[in-house]
Amino acid sequence: MAQESENKDIDQYHYSKNLDNAVQYLSFALGKEEYGVDILRVQEIRSWEPVSRIPNVPCYEKGVVNLRGSIVPILDLRERFNLSKAEYTPLTVVVVLQTGDSNKTRIMGVVVDSVSDVINVDKTEIQSAPDFGAKVSNEFINGLVSVNERMVMLLDVDKLLKLEELDQDES
Amino acid sequence: MSIDMSQFHQVFFEECFEGLEAMESGLLTLDMGDIDSEVINTIFRGAHSIKGGSGTFGFTVVAEYTHIMETLLDEMRDGRRKVTQPAVDVLLGSVDCLREMLTAIQNEQDVNDASVAKHKSALEVVLNGGSVPEKLATPVEQESVKEELVINTAPEVAQEEPIESQEQGWKIAFCPYLDLLKTGNDPVRLFRELNELGELTTIVNIQDVPGFYELDPEECNISWDLKVVGDISDDEIKEIFNWVEGDCEMEIQPLTKTVKAASAEKKNDSEPVSVIADPLPSPPAAPVEVKPKVAAEAKKSSAQDSDNEAAKATTAKASSIRVDTDKIDTLINMVGEVVITQSMLGLVGENFSMDKVGQLKRGLAQLERHTRDLQQSVMNIRMLPISFVFSRFPRLVHDISSKLDKKIVLKLVGENTEVDKAVVELINDPLVHLIRNSLDHGIEMPADRVAAGKPETGTIELKAYHRGGHIVIEITDDGRGLNKDKLLAKAIEKGLVEENNLLTEKQIFELIFMPGFSTAEQLTDISGRGVGMDVVRRNIQSLGGNIEIISELGKGTTIAIHLPLTLAILDGQSVAVGEETYIVPLVSIIESINITERMLNKVAGKGETFRLRNEYLPVIRMRGIFNVNSGNPTKSKEGVLVVVEGQGELCCLLVDELLGQQQVVIKSLEANYRRVEGVSGATILGDGSVALILDVPGLVRFSVR
Repeated sequence: MAQESENKDIDQYHYSKNLDNAVQYLSFALGKEEYGVDILRVQEIRSWEPVSRIPNVPCYEKGVVNLRGSIVPILDLRERFNLSKAEYTPLTVVVVLQTGDSNKTRIMGVVVDSVSDVINVDKTEIQSAPDFGAKVSNEFINGLVSVNERMVMLLDVDKLLKLEELDQDES
Repeated sequence: MSIDMSQFHQVFFEECFEGLEAMESGLLTLDMGDIDSEVINTIFRGAHSIKGGSGTFGFTVVAEYTHIMETLLDEMRDGRRKVTQPAVDVLLGSVDCLREMLTAIQNEQDVNDASVAKHKSALEVVLNGGSVPEKLATPVEQESVKEELVINTAPEVAQEEPIESQEQGWKIAFCPYLDLLKTGNDPVRLFRELNELGELTTIVNIQDVPGFYELDPEECNISWDLKVVGDISDDEIKEIFNWVEGDCEMEIQPLTKTVKAASAEKKNDSEPVSVIADPLPSPPAAPVEVKPKVAAEAKKSSAQDSDNEAAKATTAKASSIRVDTDKIDTLINMVGEVVITQSMLGLVGENFSMDKVGQLKRGLAQLERHTRDLQQSVMNIRMLPISFVFSRFPRLVHDISSKLDKKIVLKLVGENTEVDKAVVELINDPLVHLIRNSLDHGIEMPADRVAAGKPETGTIELKAYHRGGHIVIEITDDGRGLNKDKLLAKAIEKGLVEENNLLTEKQIFELIFMPGFSTAEQLTDISGRGVGMDVVRRNIQSLGGNIEIISELGKGTTIAIHLPLTLAILDGQSVAVGEETYIVPLVSIIESINITERMLNKVAGKGETFRLRNEYLPVIRMRGIFNVNSGNPTKSKEGVLVVVEGQGELCCLLVDELLGQQQVVIKSLEANYRRVEGVSGATILGDGSVALILDVPGLVRFSVR
């Protein structure tokens, strides 16, 4: 079913939109909010498993796990965005993202409530995020897009994961 | 059918360089007066196989050259010719020359014909029974590096040359390649330094300078004829030109009567400078005006260049590894064993019933043993004998000691001690530095030694051995030793230490690792700039090792470097803190003690100490420092104290319990994450979870803060 509708979506998309402007995003939920990340940055989606805590780091850096032999840090996006904490259940999902430039890529996992969909976005339809002033930080948000009347916040993966470095400088 | 020979080139070059090394060490033994026909044979064989190989691959230049060497060596071997010091020197020079040629060919550059011809003729002179020309320039073929552009190389003003042929001195034909300036070398600097040595006269040849519009300011179209008058050794001259060797054609000759004719001729060739529009801004000051400070700086920077080059050389090295076939055979045997065990286990599992449990357990135990052996064999492949590093030092000592007019013998002990390849590659530079220090500062001049009642010949011993999970490299000299009072005075003068501070002997010696600390009265090109020891220590620490100094004034100094055997695996003690598991490197653990809360003493209400055999040691509570809240907190009332050593300091870690010892594979945290204080890395435990490896010296520092 889902596949059918997705196919339909894509067909429509091919007919109506300019292919050059097509971007695909993976959308996921944090509480009632919906976020999206560039699908090319997504390496894999895993279920939550206990992490090894790292001492003396910000609370949203949950710890590290063993991902087929490499040590990968896990961030909790709810805590990162100062949303209310959620219990980790077997349904909690870790999205493993790639970041970094050409000379060094790193991978990190982010904890989200659930993964929703793959959405096709026309670049021209992306609206820039409104400025909420100092109250709400939108530094990771690349833009907003509406899909089926829902608003999806598109995240900038590099900025999201780069914050590590800033923390390091501060400490 | 033609075979592509180039696929064998790499092997050929490796063999050649090995052969050259063997020849060099052989020649150095000859040099010490110990003439052994077996040694000559070894040298001969080296030359012969290089000749054969280069002939096969069509490197005729090399083949022809080696042929002459071979002829000479052949005569020595048959006893038709006596082994003389000059002949050995020429042969050593030839080894250098061959190495340059081969490097050039390997990098697909042109061979420096001029230098080859010079060495060749020197060889021929020896061969024909004549006396050896005393001076040999030994240009090195170097890859030219594009660096900053130096603008201020305006043509030197031609000077009238006073022709005094009786005087002592040198005539130098200096003809830089076009890209000399691009390598960051400035001829003016060279001339200034030459002028330091003696009266310098320069003649500029500008016939190659193109017209104004074709002129590229980055190119050096000028060549010079230089004459330095004074009692100068050829080494001093060579040293100045050391950094441009690969970037110029150069001829250094002792000043004789022929100079007059030659230079006069050259002078006629060169046009007057005024004819050409001066294309470059601001001609530099005439060489005569140079102050000594400038020269010193120039020297310093050239020395730094050399450091950079050295660093480049190590990184550029192909990362192939030559492995003893025995090691591979062992590995294959191990794999065979593992396969057998695996099939045995498979058989057990096929029709499994409870009565086979014993068999299964045996099989698993066997598998465990084999896996461990296999791991060890694989690690062994990465192990190289330390002689890979040590073998370069006899030559270094030979060259520097003759430059310093000191008599020094180098003793190598434990060259077959094996260390990880990564350690071998990274330990070279620090060792070179330390040996240079010993040569320059440690060993006294022969006269001083005799006066101090020591043998005239100084000894430097380079020793490697295993101790625990470490390899220890010791550099011992019987020189003057470190002067504690002088060090302390200097440190106070520089404001590194407060005046009334009482320092232990060890702490005073530690001072020499401070950046910018040097007590040498004069700077030499070999050492004494006060940069270096801090770099040495940093390099060694980055390898996970440490360095310590034992010295006695007047008796000598020993510098001991402790390094982990391998950088990939360590023996760890896993400890529990709350529900978390950490790994403490076994090598840093001195002992572990079961304690109760009462055995700790509070200091000023905050810190805690533990009294271990009359010594009070600081206690670090792992729960506290790592903010561990899980587990049963009352357990910490009765914990285990792990006494560890980090950077020479003892310290106790309070953990909940000891879990077990195991070998762990070190994984980097930084690859995907970042450095975490108190943690040196991570590893994956048997159940697939991640455990952090404690950085003991880091923890000690961290806890102090």
